[in-house]
Amino acid sequence: MNYVLDFTPVLDGLPDLLAGCLGTLLLALGGMAIAIVIGISGVVLRDSRHKPIRWAVKGFVELIRNTPFLVQIYFIYFALPLAGLRLDPTPTAILALGINGGAYAIEIIRGGAQSISRGQVEAGLALGLHKGLVFRLIVLKPALRAVFPSLTSQFILLTLTTSVASAISAYELTSVAQRIESESFRSFEVFGVITLLYLGISWLMMSFFSTISTRYFSYPVK
Amino acid sequence: MGLGEFLFLLTGLKWTVALSAIGFVCGSVGGLAIALLRTSGVRGLERLAAGYIALFQGTPLLMQLFVVYYGLALIGLHLSAWVAVSIGFTLHASAYLGEIWRGSIDAVPRGQTEAASALNLKYTSRMKDVVLPQAIRISLPATIGFLVQLIKGTSLASIVGFTELARAGNIVSNQIFEPLLVFGIVGILYFLMCWPLSLYGSHLENRLAVASR
Repeated sequence: MNYVLDFTPVLDGLPDLLAGCLGTLLLALGGMAIAIVIGISGVVLRDSRHKPIRWAVKGFVELIRNTPFLVQIYFIYFALPLAGLRLDPTPTAILALGINGGAYAIEIIRGGAQSISRGQVEAGLALGLHKGLVFRLIVLKPALRAVFPSLTSQFILLTLTTSVASAISAYELTSVAQRIESESFRSFEVFGVITLLYLGISWLMMSFFSTISTRYFSYPVK
Repeated sequence: MGLGEFLFLLTGLKWTVALSAIGFVCGSVGGLAIALLRTSGVRGLERLAAGYIALFQGTPLLMQLFVVYYGLALIGLHLSAWVAVSIGFTLHASAYLGEIWRGSIDAVPRGQTEAASALNLKYTSRMKDVVLPQAIRISLPATIGFLVQLIKGTSLASIVGFTELARAGNIVSNQIFEPLLVFGIVGILYFLMCWPLSLYGSHLENRLAVASR
C-alpha cells in the first residue's frame, strides 16, 4: 500500500482531454438543440385533435422517462442500421441524447404551458393575432420563462449524461479518459482529474443558461 | 432467445433491485445527515454540506463510480465490485436526497420552528416531532422521482463491470446476436420497475397540490 500518485500520464494527455471536453460540449449542445425541438413540437402535438397522436406523445414520454439512458443508447445504436441509417457513434449519441432530453423537455414545457390561463390565449385571438403568433408570444415564451430553472437543471443533467455515450465509444471526455487509463493504468488519477473537468463543464453550462435567462427571459419585458 | 437467457436476465434484474435498494436505504441515512447539516444554521457545516451536494450534482454518476471504485483500492481497501459500487451509489444518493430534503425542510413554514422553540422544544424534538414529519410529506413526490432516477442509474454499474440487468443484457446480446430483442426486453423490465413508481409519484404530487391549494 505504498502507492504514489503519478499525474504524468494525465498531464501528457491534457491536450487530448481538452479536445474531449469540446466533444462533450458538442454532444451536450447538439442533444439540447434536438431536445428543445422535440420538447416544443411534443407540447403542440400533445394537444392535438387526434387521439392517437396524443397517446403516442404520452407513451413516448413515459417510455423514455422510465428506462435507463444506457439501454436507450444501445437500442438506438443497434436499431438505426436496421432502419437503413448508418451513423457514426457520435451523431448516434447526439440523437439519443436529444430523444432522451426531448421526453423530459415535453413534460417540463407542458407544465409551463398549462400555467398560461385560457383567457390570455382568447385575448390574443380576439386582438386578431395569428394562431402561430399567439402560440409563440403568448403561450411559449411565458411558459419557457416559467419553467426555465427546471429546464436548466434537466439540461445540466443531460450534459452529465453525455459520459454514458462512451459506452458506444462516441467521441467525448469519458472515452478519451478511458483510453488514457488503459494505456497508463493510472485509473484514479485519470478519473479524478476528469471528474474535476466535468465539474468545470457543468459550471460553464450553468453560467451559459443564466446568461440566456437574463438576456431573453427577464421580466418585465423591456 | 431461450428460457436460459431470459432467466439470466432475471438474475441481473435481482442485482439491479438489490443495488437500488441498498443505494436508496443507505443513501437515505446519508441524505438525512446532509439535509440536517445543510439546515443546521452553523456556517461551516452548511458550507460543507453545500459543497458535497454541488460536487455530486455537478459530476456524472459514471465518474463517481469510477473514482470510488479506484479510490477505495488506492487507500488499500480491496473490496469486491459489489461493495464498491454500493458505496458509490450510497454517496450519490446521499447528495441528491440531501438536496431534496433540504428543500422540503426549508418549505416547512418558519412559524412551526419558532412555535416549537417557544414551547421550549430542543433541537432533536423540534426536528423529529415538528419539522421532519411535515417535510417528509412535502418531499415524497421528489423522493420517489429520485428513486426512479436511481434505479435507472444502477445500469451504469455495468460499465464498471458489475453484472446487473443492463450488463446481463449486454452478455446475452453478445451471445445470441439479437441486440434489439434483448435490449427491448431489458428496457421493458426497467420500465415495469420504474413506471408504477412514477405513477405513484405523480399521484402523490397531485394530492399534495390539492391539499395545499
